[in-house]
Amino acid sequence: MREILSGNEAIARGAYEAGVKVASAYPGTPSTEILENIIQYKEIDSSWAPNEKVALEVGIGASFAGARALVAMKHVGVNVAADPLFTLSYTGVKGGLVLVTADDPEMHSSQNEQDNRNYAKFAKVPMLEPADSQECKEFTRLGLELSEEYDTPVFLRTTTRISHSKSVVQLAEPVTGLPVPALVKNAAKQVMLPSNARVRHPLVEDRMLRLAEAANSMAINRLELRDTRVGIITSGVCYHYVREVFPDVSTLKLGLVHPLPMDLIRRFAAAVDRLFIVEELDPFFEEQIKAQGIAVSGKDFISLCGELTPERILTAFAGQGIIPESTTVQAATLTQVAQESLPGRPPNMCPGCPHRGVFYVLNRLKAYVTGDIGCYTLGFLPPLSAMETCVCMGASIGNASGVVKAVSEEERKKVVAVIGDSTFCHTGINGLMDMVYNKVPATVVILDNRITAMTGRQDNPASGHTLSNEATYRVDLAELCRVLGVQHVRVVNPFDLEETEKALREEMERPETSVIITDKPCVLVKRTGVFLRGPLYAVDPEKCTGCRACLKIGCPAIQWLPDEGVRGLSYIDPTLCTGCDVCRQLCKFSAIGRAK
Amino acid sequence: MSERVINILLVGVGGQGILLASEILSETFMLAGYDVKKSEIHGMSQRGGSVVSHVRYGREVFSPLVPEGEGDILFGFELMETYRYLPLLKKGGSVVVNDLEIAPSSVLMGKEAYPQGLAEKIRAQFPDFLLVDGQGLAREAGNLRAANTVLLGAVSRRLDIAGEYWLQALEKMVPAKALDVNRKAFQLGREL
Repeated sequence: MREILSGNEAIARGAYEAGVKVASAYPGTPSTEILENIIQYKEIDSSWAPNEKVALEVGIGASFAGARALVAMKHVGVNVAADPLFTLSYTGVKGGLVLVTADDPEMHSSQNEQDNRNYAKFAKVPMLEPADSQECKEFTRLGLELSEEYDTPVFLRTTTRISHSKSVVQLAEPVTGLPVPALVKNAAKQVMLPSNARVRHPLVEDRMLRLAEAANSMAINRLELRDTRVGIITSGVCYHYVREVFPDVSTLKLGLVHPLPMDLIRRFAAAVDRLFIVEELDPFFEEQIKAQGIAVSGKDFISLCGELTPERILTAFAGQGIIPESTTVQAATLTQVAQESLPGRPPNMCPGCPHRGVFYVLNRLKAYVTGDIGCYTLGFLPPLSAMETCVCMGASIGNASGVVKAVSEEERKKVVAVIGDSTFCHTGINGLMDMVYNKVPATVVILDNRITAMTGRQDNPASGHTLSNEATYRVDLAELCRVLGVQHVRVVNPFDLEETEKALREEMERPETSVIITDKPCVLVKRTGVFLRGPLYAVDPEKCTGCRACLKIGCPAIQWLPDEGVRGLSYIDPTLCTGCDVCRQLCKFSAIGRAK
Repeated sequence: MSERVINILLVGVGGQGILLASEILSETFMLAGYDVKKSEIHGMSQRGGSVVSHVRYGREVFSPLVPEGEGDILFGFELMETYRYLPLLKKGGSVVVNDLEIAPSSVLMGKEAYPQGLAEKIRAQFPDFLLVDGQGLAREAGNLRAANTVLLGAVSRRLDIAGEYWLQALEKMVPAKALDVNRKAFQLGREL
């Protein structure tokens, strides 16, 4: 049977077909849909972990017990999971373990574009890189098999264009006859005391040498000789871009991107007149291949920054005057369409978003806001413009502590950390523990919207539900803050601007650690009874003076009509309004009220 | 069967249902026996940002992205976004666009004006231009929410794919209770 699947859907299918028993992840674009799809296979125990480190640790446990395991995360998630990863490399596995790293060249939805192929080399872990959805499915299974054969975790690296592109996949039946997981004691292999780890390290080096040798004859490293005047070494989606723009050149498509098949690469180099490498981000292949004394070029004319596209590859080669003669595509055909500049269309918080009022107040109070990762990072954008930092998951609280330690007593009062419920559970708790332990007088706002919203509303330990939508224990954020030692914890309604402002003013003034928790849910929460739409609001054109105060919250439901009234009027789109009531509180002329 | 790869771009605003429309297109092409690839960005772009989805089909498709300037059809769900992505279209390409303007935040706040006369500007550069009253025809079909299916019908006329595959794809991708309205909406679009 054939189906059109995204890379993420195909990885989920691959896990099912390969007999994976346990899957764990923390959501992060572009990896999120892997677990959201794995949940459809009842044979697999799949769950959201509070962060990527825990997700990998869950996977490691399952592997030690003999089950096949899959753990998924976005590229920066591997930074969080790096601690167990580097030692897992030494312990090896029992059941196969595949760690999916979904990289995001171009930073479509990320704070950096680190090239996680470097982790494969750094942690001495083999890495597979599929080029389409069919390969996503096949490489997931192959990764699990290699994992068991070589006693190593295996990376499966995708990029956004692989994770989120769809292509045709041939489905297969799941494997049968895998060993039944059970408790088997093997402490010397799994307890990484120095004496045991010293035994394991040489085995790691040996395994990578054996893999490098085997890589030369692996079918997934595919040498395709066409016109031999030009040869290109590439992998992942770039292989398809190269085939698109230079259909006649010879290619060496790498499916295993670490370790590299050096004998095969030497054979390819000898078979072509000129050798190039087309790879996104770092010169990962190039440096290793050059170190072997093989003449090759790539990053001297292809950018280190951003993703590649067919036209970027074509333009890079053309700019160097080295378009392969045999190509059928001409750079000159890129059409130029006359165009004027258009208004941009940046993303925005949804109508009825509970974060909007908080940022409006923070802006009014001229707070110095250390931000975090989530929808609320959009509080940086005008007109809210109330965020000064955003570094990584959970960083807001530690950043606030550091800023407070550095500045004068008067300026300290302006420092407010803002973090979402899911991000707080991910890696914010330790920051708060540090803040209260070291008596840092800053204010932390936990924007508890009861969901991991930015990645598409996933559940988390503070949402009260699991990945399979089962009701579960819900972290009581206020109690958690109190037991950490925070003496001043208050819960506010973020739709009540007066209450929110009063709480922020008082807590910012207080020379102690304090926490304010907002308690209104995300408008996108689908579970019934969580988000409740209020009565619709409308602008009374008789009372609206055109003062534009209501525009300062940047609500997509409120539109300025410049040609109406004496100097323009505001208008509320009834199809977008959720009745949150925030705009009504901004109108000094009582022009905004319930729609009649 | 066409040997050449056909390139379609779907553009509009996050939340307009562009991804579902591109899935129906892809499903149709697969049912018709073609290789299909599609690509788009999720995540940040969902929050009312600009969205572009690439769909390509043919005997064998390599890149999931349509090379710039090689688009055969620009399928627009909103006027300004359609205008924004014109450079993706090849010379002589077709434009099918919903007659709809969605103001971005700078326009909502009165800081910029929504550009005027876009339909005429597009038509001047791409004569094979169809402006569709998606909402009006959807209402005629029985549900305002079927506007995308009207547009799909209009796009289908420009592709050499038999009607049966379109209907099979609709049956697979649209909830059963909405199927009749969507069949009608598709037909209204196809007759334009």
